[in-house]
Amino acid sequence: MPPNNALDRLLLRAEIEDWLLAEADLLDARRFRDWLALLHPDVRVAMPIARNLSPGLLEREERTQAGRDLMWVDEGYATLEQRVRQLETGVHWAEEPASRITRIVAGIRLLEVEGDRVLAGCRFVLHRNRLEDETDVLIGRRRDTLLREGEVWRLLRREVLLDQSVLQAKNLTMFL
Amino acid sequence: MAEGMDFAGLVDLGAGTVERAAFTDPAIFAAEQERIFARAWLFLGHESQIPEPEDFFTSRMGTESVIVARDRDGQVHALLNSCTHRGMKVCRHDYGKAKVFTCPYHGWSFSNDGRLAGVPGALVGVPHFDKAYRAELRREDWGLSRAPRLALYKGTIWASWDQRAPDFLDYLGDMHRYLDYALDARDGSPGGSRTVAGVQKWRVNCNWKFAPENFIGDMYHDISHRSVDMVGIGPAGGRGRRAAFRPRLAIGFPGRGHGLLGELPTTETEPYNDAWALYPEVNDWHRAAHEARMARLAGQPRVAMSVGTIFPNMSFHGRQPRTIAVAHPVSPTVTEIWRWCLEDAAAPEAVNEAARSYFLRYSGPGGMTESDDMENWSYATTASQGPIARRRPYNYQMGMGHARPAPGLREAVECGELTEENARIFHGRWADFMRGTPWPMQVPHAAE
Repeated sequence: MPPNNALDRLLLRAEIEDWLLAEADLLDARRFRDWLALLHPDVRVAMPIARNLSPGLLEREERTQAGRDLMWVDEGYATLEQRVRQLETGVHWAEEPASRITRIVAGIRLLEVEGDRVLAGCRFVLHRNRLEDETDVLIGRRRDTLLREGEVWRLLRREVLLDQSVLQAKNLTMFL
Repeated sequence: MAEGMDFAGLVDLGAGTVERAAFTDPAIFAAEQERIFARAWLFLGHESQIPEPEDFFTSRMGTESVIVARDRDGQVHALLNSCTHRGMKVCRHDYGKAKVFTCPYHGWSFSNDGRLAGVPGALVGVPHFDKAYRAELRREDWGLSRAPRLALYKGTIWASWDQRAPDFLDYLGDMHRYLDYALDARDGSPGGSRTVAGVQKWRVNCNWKFAPENFIGDMYHDISHRSVDMVGIGPAGGRGRRAAFRPRLAIGFPGRGHGLLGELPTTETEPYNDAWALYPEVNDWHRAAHEARMARLAGQPRVAMSVGTIFPNMSFHGRQPRTIAVAHPVSPTVTEIWRWCLEDAAAPEAVNEAARSYFLRYSGPGGMTESDDMENWSYATTASQGPIARRRPYNYQMGMGHARPAPGLREAVECGELTEENARIFHGRWADFMRGTPWPMQVPHAAE
């Protein structure tokens, strides 16, 4: 049920905030199997490419479109699970030895609440340090759709809006 | 940078070695910009990015930004994106529509239209031309620099800054058959491919030559991709990163610097191998297209290929997943890679969607296959820079002296599947360019 008073809304936001922060903990701790368990089987993760355009075009085409255009990432559970298996092989050289990642997820807001479905917005800073001096900082915003199934929430949709147009990291072997 | 310095000696085809300085040294990098990127044919993009008159996109030639613009008559031009007054970029958009590019610094404006202004890129607007310049500025001398040579080939756009460069088809030689395989429709009808909207652009801390050398035909780097092979991401299902095709040959063009992994025109075409078995509808379409291609090209030489490079920095996948990758030099140790995905304009949505999603899990920075390449290229660059490291050249000796003329192709050799012949061909051509002799570059090849 959608929250019908301020207190319910606050409690729901706290619950979603906890979920998103716990998810960040799992990913940074490289507990990828546990993270997969948070995903809905129909999950879609989309990370469009940002473009530099004139004002008129910018409004319509600032980012590439999921399901149609080139993206950084546009995938469902099967591919996400393949990525986890690749990380588990121990010979995925881009992440062996493992990178150290810390993400800060902040500014969490509930944008839409409809029955057992919540659309939450947040901002993230992801810092990756690798080997000796390789450092990447990825900053952007996310829109996450979570679905309540009984007592648990599962991620159904994730849209990742990265600030960079020309990606300054050599790869995207992390989950954003 | 020492003018006229001979860098060609860095490549020793007799010994099968290339000095590491070629991959790390700033003076050599600067010479590459003059001697290679200002003279070779370079890939700029695809006509599907500028379908209408006055459409443009920005691309790169070497380290420099260029505007690729279609004028109102439909002609395509490549203009250097640097104002002739004070050098500011006159266009900072990835693409758009424009008749005129106006510099945001002092307001000089340039037309992309040859008919309006005499030549494309002509200076058509100068603020205070009468009052401050007293109408004495010779505007006709101050248009944007325009690439004197431009070629359109089956939708792809190429240009060279060197008026004397050979015609694009001569530059390609019989490599065109393999480029055709990538650019033709899957049923063999000429052209018929287009790019998926959007270009992936990203920076890698490696020398630019690692990318074309890898794509030109390096079956030896299999260990790079062990993890993705263990997982299996191909659209045929099962292990591996692609469908299983029969062994390919490294085929190279020594006088040109191009090469690929693929089949000879004299090889009988393989029957369709259920390369898209995970998607039955898509698989049926590909089987029908394959059979249509065999029927269309019956009795004619036909080829298949997986990866290849056109010298210096354009690489492509012809089969699975069909892509174009250009390694733009930024500095000796930084490269900006641009990536396009090709699809059949006439294919049903499900076929193109399967291709797009396979591209995304395979290629580019998010690709499960290529992320490992970039780890290798970047740390190879890092570990090659020190004075002790630079005492030893890279070793390219595999299969030396075992190349044979490639039947059915002009001026080409093949050297089996596992060989570094194509890398030697690439670096041999690099040395030709680095001698700095003008086109037609009749240069003797180092004794092998």
